[in-house]
Amino acid sequence: METNRDLFLQMYEDLVFGREFELCAENLANRGLVPGSLHLGIGEEATQVGACRALASQDYLVPSHRSHVADIVKGADPKRIMAEILGKSTGYCGGRAGSIHFADRNSNNLGVQGILGAVFPVAAGAALTQVRMGTGRIVLAFFGEGASHEGTFHEALNLSALWKLPLVWLCVNDLYAMGTRFDRTSAVANVADRASAYNMPGHIVDGNDVVAVYEAVSAARQVALAGNGPSLIECKTYRHGGHSTFDKNRYRPQEEIDAWIERDPIRFFEGQLRASGSLTGSLVAEIAKRVKERIEEVETFAVQSAEPTPESALERVFCESEEG
Amino acid sequence: MAVRTITYRDALGEALREELTRDPNVFLLGEDINGGPQGYGGAFKVTKALTKDFGDRLLDTPIMEQTIIGASIGAAITGMRPVAEIMYEDFVTLAMDSLVNTAAKTFFMTNGQFSVPMVVRAPYGAMGIGPQHSQSFTSWFMHVPGLRVVLPSTPYDAKGLLKTAIRDNNPVIFLEHKKLYNTSGEVPQEEYLIPFGTARLVTVGRDVSLIAVGYMVHLASQVAQKMEEKGLQLEVIDVRTLAPLDIETIAQSVRKTHKAVVIAEDNRTAGPTAEIASAVTEACFGHLDAPIGRIGAKDTFIAHNAGMSEYVIPGLLDIQRGIESVLVWE
Repeated sequence: METNRDLFLQMYEDLVFGREFELCAENLANRGLVPGSLHLGIGEEATQVGACRALASQDYLVPSHRSHVADIVKGADPKRIMAEILGKSTGYCGGRAGSIHFADRNSNNLGVQGILGAVFPVAAGAALTQVRMGTGRIVLAFFGEGASHEGTFHEALNLSALWKLPLVWLCVNDLYAMGTRFDRTSAVANVADRASAYNMPGHIVDGNDVVAVYEAVSAARQVALAGNGPSLIECKTYRHGGHSTFDKNRYRPQEEIDAWIERDPIRFFEGQLRASGSLTGSLVAEIAKRVKERIEEVETFAVQSAEPTPESALERVFCESEEG
Repeated sequence: MAVRTITYRDALGEALREELTRDPNVFLLGEDINGGPQGYGGAFKVTKALTKDFGDRLLDTPIMEQTIIGASIGAAITGMRPVAEIMYEDFVTLAMDSLVNTAAKTFFMTNGQFSVPMVVRAPYGAMGIGPQHSQSFTSWFMHVPGLRVVLPSTPYDAKGLLKTAIRDNNPVIFLEHKKLYNTSGEVPQEEYLIPFGTARLVTVGRDVSLIAVGYMVHLASQVAQKMEEKGLQLEVIDVRTLAPLDIETIAQSVRKTHKAVVIAEDNRTAGPTAEIASAVTEACFGHLDAPIGRIGAKDTFIAHNAGMSEYVIPGLLDIQRGIESVLVWE
């Protein structure tokens, strides 16, 4: 653990910050400041942090509806993400997208596909560009186990393997697609089992172990960069709360929820870091203080930002600029 | 200006060749568009002439319409200019999600961060291939903000509009009527582009404006010629693009003729003729001497049987009757 101490401390702070960001968003939603619904990734931070820390800044991310933490780690400013969640003019998409259609060009974040199955073709197309232009970048695509039942999963995974596209297909298997448990909808036990149908490596990873996710995605990234095509990585994890802020979270056994909370990814990693001597009590407190201050800035910025004007809904329907 | 007579198919091929040559980021993808050394060249052979020179930029895909269009979007937002071919317009329905929810909305949703410069070419219309290979449903696309909808009726327009489509920074639905591929027309040797939203005055007249979409332009012109013998001067307008729609040129004609008939091959109910007629009414109600005639396919499906198919889609007689129905008003 010593050799990667800086990276691990960074990932620890990412995890803590990510959790606090989600709690702040939940609090704003409870105060009635978030239009529509909001999908929180509390409990799934290790998958998001580990995967995105394995990327280079030039790599592309196709996030999911439950990946604010990934967006932040990839480089989007949390202030402007929160403003977008609140539908404000200062949000990355001017309040048009909200959380479930969020995109940030500057951090090579190609945007959430709100229609879950759409992620697969779009990510494949983005990866095709990397091959054709010879950019040396990869595309990391997030999706849930529920979305893997869509027909586009088959179309795009087949294509990506056929054309050896530089892709990492990252399945966040949190066991429930909204309220329906995976084994009620899937003929296979693991999403990764499907990789063999596409002659593609499939890996199952403990999604609550940030280092395990980081290592798996780093290795798959190298495979992709070497021209050997895509990998499917299934991260087994769990969301502590409901599907969205509309969900009262009553359909899962309490013992199951408790067992997963017991395996909380942040507490788990903190324990590892403390055991190895990388993290001390005073450092934990220092990080917590820093995170708290940053979150306060995020909240203030988002809450105080102006609403977009209603008429601005008529703008940017078409791209009117000349070819550029 | 040197002019040759070439087919609609070859005009499309020339546009693709010129844009492939001009811009290294342009590439083509679709089912059977390449075919390897033997050069299958597409179901309607539009890309056949390109397979030799641009083999590695004509990507044969598996049968996966949603991913053809979805992957085109992914390529477009990362800097490429894909031109996708969907074998029949009927099959575009498999990719309506990609088109409507992703391609059309991306520029708006991302507040202008990502534009989607891509073209979807698809053959449309009846040609004896039965109910799932014959449809015209242009108004579905026209209904979606964010999409350009283009229906060239001549080789000249096919070439000039396709080049514009490839250079446009928005998703473009480019619809080619199957009966047009073998038709010929004059096309200049020199490069030219046709801007979107410019309707074309096909014949000048003073009695009735015939506003036609796609292949129907040819039927309208034939009827106009025939009726000239009866002393009627019909003004035929080819809309060329349904989105954007050049309502100004159309309204200008109607202000002169005071009577209009709109013709498209789509089912008549809620077809493009409904929108055009409504737009004309709003633009120049005071100039109209008759209710606007609307000619479309009867509200059923296109059968395999030729007699049934011809009965359903608009023909010369339907157009003639439509003109007569507006002429009874003074």
